[in-house]
Amino acid sequence: MSEWFTLFSNSLPEFWKGTLITLLLTSTGLGIGFLLGIPAAVIRIYGSKYLRWLAIGYIELFRGTPALVQLFVIYYGLPDMGITLDRIPAAIIALGLNSGAYQAEYFRSAIQAIGHDQMMAARAIGMSRIKAIWNIILPQAMRLVIPAWSNEPVSLLKTTAIAFLIAVPDLMTKAKMVATRTYDPIGAYLAVAVIYLILVVILTAILEYISRKSRIPGFDLEIEAQRST
Amino acid sequence: MDKYILEIQNISKRYGGNVILKDISLNVREGDTVVIIGPSGTGKSTLLRCINLLTRIDTGKILLDGKDITTKNVSEDEVRQHVGMVFQNFLLFNHLTALDNVMIGLTKVRKMPANQAKEKAMQELRRVGLADRASHYPGQLSGGQQQRVAIARALAMDPRVMLFDEPTSALDPELIGEVLEVMRKLAEEGMTMLCVTHEMGFAREVADRIIFMEHGVIVEEGPPAELFYRPKFERTREFLWKITELYGKHKDEEKPGDTST
Amino acid sequence: MLSQIPTYILSGMAITIAVTLVALPMGFVLGLTFALLRVYGGKFLSAIMAAYSTIMRGVPPLVLLFVLYFIISGVINLTPFWAGSLALGVVSSGYQLEIIRGALCSVGSTQMTAARAIGMSRAKAVRYIILPQALRLIIPSWSNEASVVLKDSSLVSALGVAEITRKSQLIGASTYKFLLAFLTAALIYFILVFLTNRLLDYVERKTRIPGFSHHSTL
Repeated sequence: MSEWFTLFSNSLPEFWKGTLITLLLTSTGLGIGFLLGIPAAVIRIYGSKYLRWLAIGYIELFRGTPALVQLFVIYYGLPDMGITLDRIPAAIIALGLNSGAYQAEYFRSAIQAIGHDQMMAARAIGMSRIKAIWNIILPQAMRLVIPAWSNEPVSLLKTTAIAFLIAVPDLMTKAKMVATRTYDPIGAYLAVAVIYLILVVILTAILEYISRKSRIPGFDLEIEAQRST
Repeated sequence: MDKYILEIQNISKRYGGNVILKDISLNVREGDTVVIIGPSGTGKSTLLRCINLLTRIDTGKILLDGKDITTKNVSEDEVRQHVGMVFQNFLLFNHLTALDNVMIGLTKVRKMPANQAKEKAMQELRRVGLADRASHYPGQLSGGQQQRVAIARALAMDPRVMLFDEPTSALDPELIGEVLEVMRKLAEEGMTMLCVTHEMGFAREVADRIIFMEHGVIVEEGPPAELFYRPKFERTREFLWKITELYGKHKDEEKPGDTST
Repeated sequence: MLSQIPTYILSGMAITIAVTLVALPMGFVLGLTFALLRVYGGKFLSAIMAAYSTIMRGVPPLVLLFVLYFIISGVINLTPFWAGSLALGVVSSGYQLEIIRGALCSVGSTQMTAARAIGMSRAKAVRYIILPQALRLIIPSWSNEASVVLKDSSLVSALGVAEITRKSQLIGASTYKFLLAFLTAALIYFILVFLTNRLLDYVERKTRIPGFSHHSTL
């Protein structure tokens, strides 16, 4: 046990650097996913026929295949088409696209939970469709989505570990380096497991706080949440 | 005074194989309060929704202030600003306070500056007696209060006509009165109103004209005194009987169909 | 070499399916056991199971796979396939624990009370009254978990298991057609996930209790 603590404390500077990369991947991936997820959800519900199929295709393809394979397609596959990306941008784009598909589904269930009635009421006072989506539907959906959406940052944080497989210097890669150096793979991987767990616990606490703060007084609707690795 | 504000000319509407509205014609004068009664599922709500263009008619015409609003080149959003609609289940915007619910049409649709819109919205809330609830969210208001806010929201757009689609049928009995009171006041102020309702007391006291609809057609229409006490058709008489038993509001001597009064 | 690619891919697909078929039932058996302990096991066991669930769901599956892989292969000598599949099963057990716990709780204490009232023991009540209802309830969430495990099985490629992702890497490396190789892998996963979901939809329809719609939000 004390050996393990020695390993842990000796490797702290490395783990810290890895943590920063992991957090970078998580936050940028989440941001891209957010920016993709909302329009994908809106188009899937309100779009014209062809646009709708486009949104469905994006969402279902990225939810129906492993994030790891998506990452490999982008990092190893795209160069075949002349698009070569560095490791970190490739990881960020892959994670963003993946997260966007999952976020789109969270937004979609929130928008659908709000229902046609609110749209009708908005149209009845003369709002256009776009205005109604922007002023009435989305503000409610954004609040409603929070409890279910709160799973996504944690889920994405865990997914970022796959970046290790294209040698992005994240936490997991640092674990491998420490494992090689110390000949103690169990100790090294256990150490980053603990760090991931701490990050997840902190992130969960923050999201729960936001979730509590953002409730609309007197208005309760719950939508479903599911694991989305 | 003889000018019609709303002219409905031979409109029809069908969904799939079902005919919902069959060749309906109806003219409404400025300041009129028209109450539409009839069994449920007979197209009353659809008629209102057609006037607000939430439902598109198949044939016929609807004129608002002499202008055809059912042709393709008329902007729906423009028309709806002039036709206020109050729904059975209120449909307030859940994420907005009472004040913001009333304001949002002014700021987002009419592009009115915020302070001016706020003033106007407060004025409408006062009109429905809810100035003190301005900062409450819909979830914090009773059903009756929500419906009054919904009325204020529609009024804020300065509509030419107000449409009420069973505004009290989702309310607990003790909350119905406050909503009817607001509507009665509106009628007195000279607002042009079309109400679908089962509140016969309200219909009798407030309406200038009652319309009895069944199976997508207007069976009979006339002033309350005539339609309630001297209905021409057996179907009208039957309906009034049933509704009286259900609501039990008439006194004995006011038995519908009784011609002795 | 080129002519061998289809069989190569098919064998990879078979291993992907095999990994899933080992991990998923294993996760279920562990998850069910742990969920019962979590709900009916008393304070101490319940707390341990809560911690287990938090750890299993709080650490990335890839990290857990590595930890478990090295632990398992330190204890017994297993092939990467078995070590990887078992590790994936343990990862899944944490999630399945929560799914089953949610169902047990939503079937609720009233059913337990009713069962005890006709003289059933706690164990019998769980076996004959609670579980039959709870297991029907979990199918939608479990269907989701099945496709998660199927997709997560790609992670065991990092342990050297020659499943479809690993095979695609090897094909890519030898033919220099990475894009094609990985898109093929993606397509196969997509079809497998799709079929899994359809199959479990079917199971759900077949096992539904007539007239009893219990909308659980697990």
